[in-house]
Amino acid sequence: MVSQIRLRSSLLMAPALAWLTALMVVPCALVLALAFFRRGIYGGIEYTFTLENFGLVFDPLYAGIFLNSARIAGTATLIAVVIGYAAAYAIAAAPRRLQPVFLFFAVLPFWSNYLIRTYAWIVLLNREGLITQLLRWLGYTGEPPSMLYTEGAVIAGLVYNYLPFVILACYAPLSRLNPELAEASRDLGASAMTTFRRVILPLTVPGIAAGAVFVFVLSIGNFVTPALLGGGRFQMIGNLVYDQFLTANDWPFGAALAMTLIAIMLLVLTAQALAADRASGRTAEAKGGADV
Amino acid sequence: MSERSPATRRTLWLVLSLVFAFLYTPIAVLVALSFNQGGLPTVWSGFSLKWYASLAGNAAILSAALNTLIVALVSTAIATLLGTLLAIGVEMRRQYGSGLEALIFAPMIIPDIVLAIALLSFFSLLDFTLGLHTIILAHVVFNLAFVCSVVRARLKSFDWSIVEASADLGASAVTTFRRVTLPVILPAVVAGALLAFTLSVDEFIIAFFTAGAGRASTTLPMQIYAMIRFGITPEINALATIVMAVSITALTLSQRLNRGVIGQ
Repeated sequence: MVSQIRLRSSLLMAPALAWLTALMVVPCALVLALAFFRRGIYGGIEYTFTLENFGLVFDPLYAGIFLNSARIAGTATLIAVVIGYAAAYAIAAAPRRLQPVFLFFAVLPFWSNYLIRTYAWIVLLNREGLITQLLRWLGYTGEPPSMLYTEGAVIAGLVYNYLPFVILACYAPLSRLNPELAEASRDLGASAMTTFRRVILPLTVPGIAAGAVFVFVLSIGNFVTPALLGGGRFQMIGNLVYDQFLTANDWPFGAALAMTLIAIMLLVLTAQALAADRASGRTAEAKGGADV
Repeated sequence: MSERSPATRRTLWLVLSLVFAFLYTPIAVLVALSFNQGGLPTVWSGFSLKWYASLAGNAAILSAALNTLIVALVSTAIATLLGTLLAIGVEMRRQYGSGLEALIFAPMIIPDIVLAIALLSFFSLLDFTLGLHTIILAHVVFNLAFVCSVVRARLKSFDWSIVEASADLGASAVTTFRRVTLPVILPAVVAGALLAFTLSVDEFIIAFFTAGAGRASTTLPMQIYAMIRFGITPEINALATIVMAVSITALTLSQRLNRGVIGQ
């Protein structure tokens, strides 16, 4: 019976797994292999083993772009987490029947086209956009400020696009928080700030971590936002990979960049998974202690 | 809430108002300007539907819309079938390695740009002619993963003993699926299909890399990207409004069908 279930389940999974293997695993393995080959003189691929491409990744010029991407992604993550946590806290504190409504409208923009959400910021930030007009209306007469094609625009775009996810991730633990804990803390004489810092915040760290990792991972590999809001001037890794494949025609180097990006992402995801394991262990311990 | 002071409560409402203003202002401005009479893309000069009318006469946009529809429908159909079977197979077994989990999860988190270059390298190594069919092959990869995760969430609370009962009562595997399993998971399957359809309609980078040269296989997001690079026009605003309305409607429907599962 058990072996029959295994057989049937294998047959059901086979077509999808075959599809994923042929069109994801094999192509990704190919890119990994490509990263160890040499670029041909006319842009083709020369099939001799080399580590040059990864050496080039650590060249100050390109390593700088990695650091730049990490810094932009990190800043966007920090801002998204602060705003997202505040929003989730406010939603969790709202009357219970309103909470699903707020949550729904917080996530709704996330469901529209990414390209269009980014484009909306071009409309907002361009020299004759709403912000310039608002400034004029307030009496500002100088040159329109250049906000588009700056690092700030890229960060704003990333925060905007991924904020809904942070709100969702932080709302989950906040809504499950036992209000008696905060009450107990206050009764014991803790200030509101201390209660937040010592009781509420530690209990909601898993949500913050999940949201932060999501924003960081999606931001650091982003292509559309830096291309549109950075105007090509603030290159991130995604744009660099794009260039190697479509303009510079150096596929092996592009492949090495892509694999380094994947390695960074895996590192971040693994760190989060390990931290989450440890945290859940601690919570279990604390709960066990409370039972005694 | 009752415990909180009026000042705290006011602060919380202020936070909510600011966050919602931040989330909705860019979209609202875009939608409002799509009804703008004047040719200037950002200055309001009266209500008009003329940009929507001009879209209808734009052959490039119409052909891109048709391409998008073909890609989305075909890739959704394949992904819904494969993703649902995968979900049932995985949940039926109930003990699975982390390798399998990672394989199913990977398409959802792998950066688009990486999957895009991987598929481009793969197709060009095999000397595949690029076109709508290669976009479809590519879109099924992430679509099936999303369908699978939505259906699996539904199956988590599925009582497998009713499948055994059906078999014990003499029903064939196919009959059991059709009469027992399918009715239970159907809302999730439809919700997953709607999600896949929207993801496919909206997907840009992978389509861009796997479409090949030439206009014949340009999809709507590729067309929009090309137009944006060229500058802001009221026409893009109108097109963006329509695409946004389609995505939001499809996903709201999907969410309704499958209460809460996607959000989690």
